[in-house]
Amino acid sequence: MRELIILSGKGGTGKTSLTAAFASLAENSVLCDADVDAADLHLLMQPQIRQRSDFMGGSKAVINPSLCTGCGTCIDLCRFDGISDRFQVDAIRCEGCGVCVDFCPEKAIDFPVQRCGEWYISDTRFGPMVHARLGIAEENSGKLVSLIRRRSRQLAEESGQDLIITDGPPGIGCPVIASLGGATALVIVTEPTVSGLHDMERVVDLAAHFKVPGMACINKYDLNPEMTEAIEQLAVRRNIAVLGRIPFDPVFTRSMVEGKNIFEYGERTALHVQVEKIWDKIIHSPSMNPLGIVDFKATIR
Amino acid sequence: MIISVASGKGGTGKTTVATNLALALGEQVELLDCDVEEPNADLFLKPLISRTEKVETPIPLVDGEKCTGCGKCAEICRFNAITVVGKKVLVFPELCHSCGGCMLVCPEGAISETGRELGTISFGHRNGIGFINGRLRVGEAMSPPLIRKVRAAADPNLVTIIDAPPGTSCPVIAAMNGADFILMVTEPTPFGLHDLRLAVEAVRVLNIPCGLVINRADIGDLQVFAYAESERVPILMTIPFDRRIAEIYSRSQVLVEEIPEWRRQFFDLYGRIEAFTKSWRRTKQCAN
Repeated sequence: MRELIILSGKGGTGKTSLTAAFASLAENSVLCDADVDAADLHLLMQPQIRQRSDFMGGSKAVINPSLCTGCGTCIDLCRFDGISDRFQVDAIRCEGCGVCVDFCPEKAIDFPVQRCGEWYISDTRFGPMVHARLGIAEENSGKLVSLIRRRSRQLAEESGQDLIITDGPPGIGCPVIASLGGATALVIVTEPTVSGLHDMERVVDLAAHFKVPGMACINKYDLNPEMTEAIEQLAVRRNIAVLGRIPFDPVFTRSMVEGKNIFEYGERTALHVQVEKIWDKIIHSPSMNPLGIVDFKATIR
Repeated sequence: MIISVASGKGGTGKTTVATNLALALGEQVELLDCDVEEPNADLFLKPLISRTEKVETPIPLVDGEKCTGCGKCAEICRFNAITVVGKKVLVFPELCHSCGGCMLVCPEGAISETGRELGTISFGHRNGIGFINGRLRVGEAMSPPLIRKVRAAADPNLVTIIDAPPGTSCPVIAAMNGADFILMVTEPTPFGLHDLRLAVEAVRVLNIPCGLVINRADIGDLQVFAYAESERVPILMTIPFDRRIAEIYSRSQVLVEEIPEWRRQFFDLYGRIEAFTKSWRRTKQCAN
């Protein structure tokens, strides 16, 4: 079983558009959208939902006014300013630690488990897909990412697919950490901007902790060829295979507007050839060997 | 006045809008970079950093001499950050949410607190503009506590402009909660609109007025304009797609300095935000 994770550090570099393009080139793969708090892959995949499940996250405190004597213990102990002077819990601030619940002398505080979102197993024209929707303003995105990655693996095992393509979240925080552990290889999609380089460096530092093999491609490379060079040099220094450069091309946006990937839109151009070449390099890289043998020589340093 | 610049989708231009807005105001303003996972505002503002401090969050420290291995600490911890194996207590610092429950519940008083590094916070300025940013330690999972520290360090007498992280979950909420106005930056594409909808829902939960900047306004489709109208979210500014702008951004330069007519545009944007916030407050007062 091989799992390829697409990350970027910086948002908006083209992770999802490329994931969709790769999905159409891959044979026999399971898709996983791990960007659970702003999931977009389904907009290009139009998944037919086969199974819908609740995602139960942490608990939140609720004060029962008929039992509360207003002693103030909860307010004193809460470190998150989660309880107002009128003894109401601010659900946004409540961390779900339960300290107030346990220390309330009147046992006046309930602690119901929260439904924090939904996750789905779906069918798409390129194979099965596992995706999710984290509830608005919710926590536990890392937990949800771990859950859908686990389900993607199960699904792949059950249906005999040996490749999972995972569209990852931006940043380097909890959902990204949850995306990286145990991945076969990482593809970084970046852009030739000072921010793109800076953000890539941070996600590379994180991936180095996890000893994941890394590859990188530069999207919209022609916006700044000098920065493209700088990014490629960074990749080489960190033992990351450079997959290639993708030109700025409005076809990405145009195909997105039609809910398609770039291979399903318009005429075949040099862009398509280039993305095919990149996919070819990914899938034939030693790190992605079908036996799933970890390629220690290729881990990010 | 606290303005938080958010988006839902990443890469729509939050940092561009936040930095240019701060530079257009020029004084009595402080820019807070709360995208602590990937802080970029300093690359554009290029402030002089006067000091950098380490930020820690409390985690338990168990005194093995006093501990009897009763297990009450492991029982209270909802995050599995502390566990008892035999008579020995193990702490998993990276899982700890710093609630202090274990320390409160320990009957032997065997638990005190030490710190886990969340990251750093830097203070600086450029000309008249104050600057604070948070930088999450690589490997640290929890960004909201660091975001709250950055927010707490702001000078309440200045206009605060917050560069928020992408998404719609807890880090963004930490960067938006308590703001007077949320400025959403989006692009007119299906991804931009989809994530904008989620972000606007989050803003509605917080009950804060919001308005839109549509970046690269002439790519994609017109759906976002229809959405703005039906949801009554005012469009306060549009920025066309212009290769020049993309190139200026790629070199981490700022619009108001490279193409001076944008200074006026961003200055006017602030005026519109102020006017809209005032009328929103009046309507709210009447409704109450």
